[in-house]
Amino acid sequence: MNDKTIKVDYLARVEGEGSIFVKIKNNEVSDVKFKVFEPPRFFEALLRGRNFSEAPDITARICGICPVAYQMSSVHAIENAFGITVDGQLRALRRLLYCGEWLESHILHVYMLHAPDFLGYEDVLQLAKDHAAVVHQALKMKKIGNDLVALLGGREIHPINGRVGGFYRVPTKKEFALIAEKLKWLRDAAIEMVRWSATLPFPEFERDYEFVALRHPEEYPFNEGRLVSNKGLDISVKEYEFYFQEEHVSYSNALQSVLKERGAYHVGPLARFNLNFERLTPTAKELAREINFLPIVRNPYKSIIARSIETLYACEEALRIIDTYEPPDRPSVEVVPRSGLGFGCTEAPRGILYHRYRIGDKGLITDAKIVPPTSQNQRSIENDLRALVLKNIAMPKEQLTWLCEQSVRNYDPCISCATHFLRLEFED
Amino acid sequence: MNARKPKVAVYKFASCDGCQLSLLDAEEELLAIAGTIDISYFPEASRRMVRGPYDIGLVEGSVTTPHDVERIRAVRKECRTLITIGACATAGGIQALRNWKDVKEFTRIVYANPEHISTLDRSLPIGSFVHVDFELRGCPINKFQLIEVIVAYLHKRKPNIPTHSVCIDCKLKGNVCVMVANGTPCLGPVTHVGCGALCPSYQRGCYGCYGPMDSANTSALSAHMIEHGATKHELMLMFRGFNAYAEAFRRESDSHE
Repeated sequence: MNDKTIKVDYLARVEGEGSIFVKIKNNEVSDVKFKVFEPPRFFEALLRGRNFSEAPDITARICGICPVAYQMSSVHAIENAFGITVDGQLRALRRLLYCGEWLESHILHVYMLHAPDFLGYEDVLQLAKDHAAVVHQALKMKKIGNDLVALLGGREIHPINGRVGGFYRVPTKKEFALIAEKLKWLRDAAIEMVRWSATLPFPEFERDYEFVALRHPEEYPFNEGRLVSNKGLDISVKEYEFYFQEEHVSYSNALQSVLKERGAYHVGPLARFNLNFERLTPTAKELAREINFLPIVRNPYKSIIARSIETLYACEEALRIIDTYEPPDRPSVEVVPRSGLGFGCTEAPRGILYHRYRIGDKGLITDAKIVPPTSQNQRSIENDLRALVLKNIAMPKEQLTWLCEQSVRNYDPCISCATHFLRLEFED
Repeated sequence: MNARKPKVAVYKFASCDGCQLSLLDAEEELLAIAGTIDISYFPEASRRMVRGPYDIGLVEGSVTTPHDVERIRAVRKECRTLITIGACATAGGIQALRNWKDVKEFTRIVYANPEHISTLDRSLPIGSFVHVDFELRGCPINKFQLIEVIVAYLHKRKPNIPTHSVCIDCKLKGNVCVMVANGTPCLGPVTHVGCGALCPSYQRGCYGCYGPMDSANTSALSAHMIEHGATKHELMLMFRGFNAYAEAFRRESDSHE
């Protein structure tokens, strides 16, 4: 007889407010809930009636960790509605901005939010007591990601320089000189990071996920591509809602997204890595081979390695863009609003972020839909918990609880993001 | 000399996490701060949660649910000094836009009693429920100002946070005025400083993310922008942004409805 309840009332080291509930009865897992109790903020509703040009600034406020992702998905969706294409150096600068966000977000998660689990510390400050050099280096690395976002975006949190059509102001070549030096240092640090991440102790655990990510013909994906999976999905972004649907479970303030008739899927660094390995830089590929980290990786704990490899990729891609940068003639292409429907999907640090807008007369938004990565991973998170607890049912409760927490953190969940999409009213 | 390190707690209400992230973003300062204070409760960063009372509580986010009304009262009780960080905590945040949507459905009686039943349908700042010792503005806050405020309270002195308008910082920076030179609508003349006049430095108008400065003359600015071709609807949207429910901006946006 083995009855117990695993409960984490306030899950730490994630963005936002969530909890875990697992019930074990007669050696069976009888109930699993990853609950999101963060209060809803109704973003889709409050976008109605706002000007299209405000969408990047407003949606950025969904998440302080990945504001660039919201800005990028919204501008691409609105440009899609207006029939505008942003290319050349402006397109490259958008990739560069995204590189900055991946750097800061990935380095934050790998060292400050996730690594303490693998090494048995409650937080990065405790970790710093025994591994001061690692943490100091991590902080220095993260700051370079912040600096890159601040240089292009004006500031690291809720940057102000992105807009529908491009930017308000583009940097001169000279402005990149200092950051380029820092990125060269970061490149070496990221190589160390990949090797270090591969030495962490990984729980034995694999599941047969359906991984979903963007795929572009030539590039590792940021802003463009088709939505593909390892189980045959291959669709354009505008077909998203034909294949995916959101389900509402009573215990969560976030909708759970599933693939129609197939169920849970997995988005984020591991999915991107598994589906886009060939598009990584030669150094990143070589390093992945060196540590024997090759697609398809099905151990979710190893997302920390994928995040480290993407850190290296983002660093090298940023250096490539800076190296070939020539300031464009104007900071933005001409934007002529027209009524219509537009779709956008980009790769936020945590996975695909889908936006759809309907624009009415005078450039005002009449309808908006936003599906963040954490909503899409919620079902996989719960399925992982179920399988994990079943596999480790004899483990002491305290240890199993921590393992459950660590397993949720594999997804770098952003609960603040996931919560804003519920149309439910609270009852007293 | 008391050797006990001051205990600091960081709380989250309805928000994007960006302001508390500023604490993690203060990379170099973070380890230095950690040496002089005990970060006792900061779920975004640690699973270690030391019980209160705390010397300083930093509160991010606005109050939007009945549960959070109870929670902020409990938080107040366990913190000697309570500091709100960011536009959500000081003005209700962008989610306060719903305050207008619901107003239409509610009676005027409800409207007159914001702390009662309408609480569920409104996003309100922390100061609507409990006494706040210091309000740090911004969407997001400026991390250097955050460190200044923490250090000031630890030394029992007044934080040195300027309160003039963005417009003045813009002049000090030597920016060409985007409104005068390009006719770009700009909230700089009425917005509280703290960002370093960021938007005008990037050739765009200020959108007021630090909220209204003290005694902001919003109607004079509106009149000027209308003279230069802005519509009432555009003005309504401009003032109804990330600090929509801050008194001065709220009144001004209402006057253009």
